[in-house]
Amino acid sequence: MQRIIKNGQIIDETWHLLPKDASLDGISNCDDIIVPLALWVEHSRALKARDGGLGVWLEAGEEIEEIAAELDNFQVIALNFPRFTAGRHSSTACLLRQRYGYKGEVRAIGDVLRDQLFALKRCGFDAFALRADMNAEDALLAFSEFTHVYQASSDQPLPLFRRRA
Amino acid sequence: MYVYDQYDQQIVEDRVKQFADQTRRFLSGELSGEDFRPLRLQNGLYIQRYAPMLRVAVPYGLLSSNQVRMLAKIARDYDKGYAHISTRQNVQFNWPELEDVPAILGELATVQMHAIQTSGNCIRNTTTDQFAGVAADELIDPRPWCEIIRQWSTFHPEFTHLPRKFKIAINGSISDRAAIEVHDIGLEAVHNAAGELGFRVSVGGGLGRTPIVGSFINEFLPWQHLLSYLEAILRVYNRYGRRDNKYKARIKILVKALTPEVFAERVNAEWAHIKDGPTTLDNTEVQRVAQYFVDPAYLPLVDQQAALSALDAEHPGFARWRQRNTFAHKKPGYVAVTLSLKPTGTAPGDVTDKQLDAIADLAERYSFGEVRNSHNQNIILADIEQAQLFTLWGELRELGFATPNVGLLTDLICCPGGDFCSLANAKSIPVAEAIQRRFDNLDYLFDIGELELNISGCMNACGHHHVGHIGILGVDKKGQEFYQVSLGGSSGRDASLAKILGPSFAEEDMADVIEKIINVYIEQRSPEESFLDTFRRIGIDPFKERVYAANH
Repeated sequence: MQRIIKNGQIIDETWHLLPKDASLDGISNCDDIIVPLALWVEHSRALKARDGGLGVWLEAGEEIEEIAAELDNFQVIALNFPRFTAGRHSSTACLLRQRYGYKGEVRAIGDVLRDQLFALKRCGFDAFALRADMNAEDALLAFSEFTHVYQASSDQPLPLFRRRA
Repeated sequence: MYVYDQYDQQIVEDRVKQFADQTRRFLSGELSGEDFRPLRLQNGLYIQRYAPMLRVAVPYGLLSSNQVRMLAKIARDYDKGYAHISTRQNVQFNWPELEDVPAILGELATVQMHAIQTSGNCIRNTTTDQFAGVAADELIDPRPWCEIIRQWSTFHPEFTHLPRKFKIAINGSISDRAAIEVHDIGLEAVHNAAGELGFRVSVGGGLGRTPIVGSFINEFLPWQHLLSYLEAILRVYNRYGRRDNKYKARIKILVKALTPEVFAERVNAEWAHIKDGPTTLDNTEVQRVAQYFVDPAYLPLVDQQAALSALDAEHPGFARWRQRNTFAHKKPGYVAVTLSLKPTGTAPGDVTDKQLDAIADLAERYSFGEVRNSHNQNIILADIEQAQLFTLWGELRELGFATPNVGLLTDLICCPGGDFCSLANAKSIPVAEAIQRRFDNLDYLFDIGELELNISGCMNACGHHHVGHIGILGVDKKGQEFYQVSLGGSSGRDASLAKILGPSFAEEDMADVIEKIINVYIEQRSPEESFLDTFRRIGIDPFKERVYAANH
């Protein structure tokens, strides 16, 4: 079973991430699933009617505005990084937390490496499905790399200039 | 200059530890070369032709004597005894060992320096006028604003992996010595009718493969909203900038594709959400930063016009140097002095460890212990008493810094080129030297007058060839190095991009080609007309005809 980092802890993954071309066929009623955006757009009514947990995942080019009015339906929003340098979803996470007030899980998936974690957490990600070859225990060290930060962001409402002693 | 408090210092020290660990993981094989690459680039570390190159940040070009001595020490202990001033006012070391970089960063941190975001797809060093704070034509001192932006942009979590690099420049003067219109964001200080300070904001300028002069999208941004507006621009760029093709990934491509008007609308829509939030600047913060940039303890002096003129008459060499290498100061009795790093036979912008130590001493004895790097790759002592100018000139001559060529043809801007850089298509330093040798005669050089000649070894345009009055670009043709010449560029307030003259030339022909271009100018100019003005009046054809005329 894959393990993920959630709120700074390593936990067993219980959600199923459905592939991009997934269809409704064969989806069980009670599993916790994270569906691709297209499946949600097409079958939102059927997905809402299930008993299991529901999440949605966005490809790097997909925009959060598409589901901004429907965020209450999702316990998890997963954002894909095709390459860890593809930083578009850093903005998406900021919007989810700061503009839309989303309180559920925001998960980084794809090419997620230790050296991104500190910044991603600041943007509002609270869960990380690391790339398969990454050591999760080592990766936890990333969260304490910096003692201080200059900017306000999802994790810190005030910029340093309003906090300097 | 700005002095770190416990927070700033801790952030830099944490960065040293972080990078030391990344380097350790790379060397042990835990981190692949591919995964390490973006990480080391964000710390200014390139793997070059012969060795790594480390680019050290010099925020807005300002250095204390202590910092200059540290750069000298690093050049001596970890490099081959010299450093290079870059066209972004930074300092580059061409020969450090990868294994030594964490130790170098540790040493830099002891003098409040670092290499944070000096490369990579992130917000780079914010640059400004090398005469900031002393220029007679200054409206506001841009340095506090540069420092405020430096702190805001340092490890900004949302913008750590942008589509491409991102460069911001600020101008606070009537003349634009910061080339703001060829930056991703250019900020120009302005006052509104009520006398309040704001910024005129240009976006989407840049050099590189697709040179574009920026478009002004906001005529008056009140200073309180500077950071939230920058954040809005960066967010629109981070979300909608192209990532599929690195040659189309700069913000200029997005601005052009959307049109500046539509881009401005997007920024305004984003800004409406975040304006007036906690990132809004207040007087307390601006004053906190500005206190580090107040005037040093200037003496109540008077201008030394008569005494200096007398010295001029007696020492023509001094007169020449004073004409070219000094710059008017806002305080009576003071003057700013440019140390030319462009003597013939030295790679433009190169400076040895001994010279750096000497510069640190000069700064302490003559100029309140501070120096500035310019984007023209020279070093400035900004606060010289006019009464000491003659003595200083003597010292500078002995040190090799008194070549009286600032702003003239041989004060050329030049990237490291194919001798060092693995991106380069062609060498640039030997071409620079050949041209400097051809124009070595000072009378001739002075007669030609103000001229910016910029050389890049490839289309990444580190040598800013697009905005040179004369630009030279190294190109590769079937494995051979050739040079394309362009004319009429300018990075000043009337920014313009140079036009390509025609087919490229072999290295050995370059000095002849430049001489022919200069001859056309000399023949065609009206009295007091600069090269750029003559070019703008007569156009490119007369130059083309001369340079490509069949040999008789």
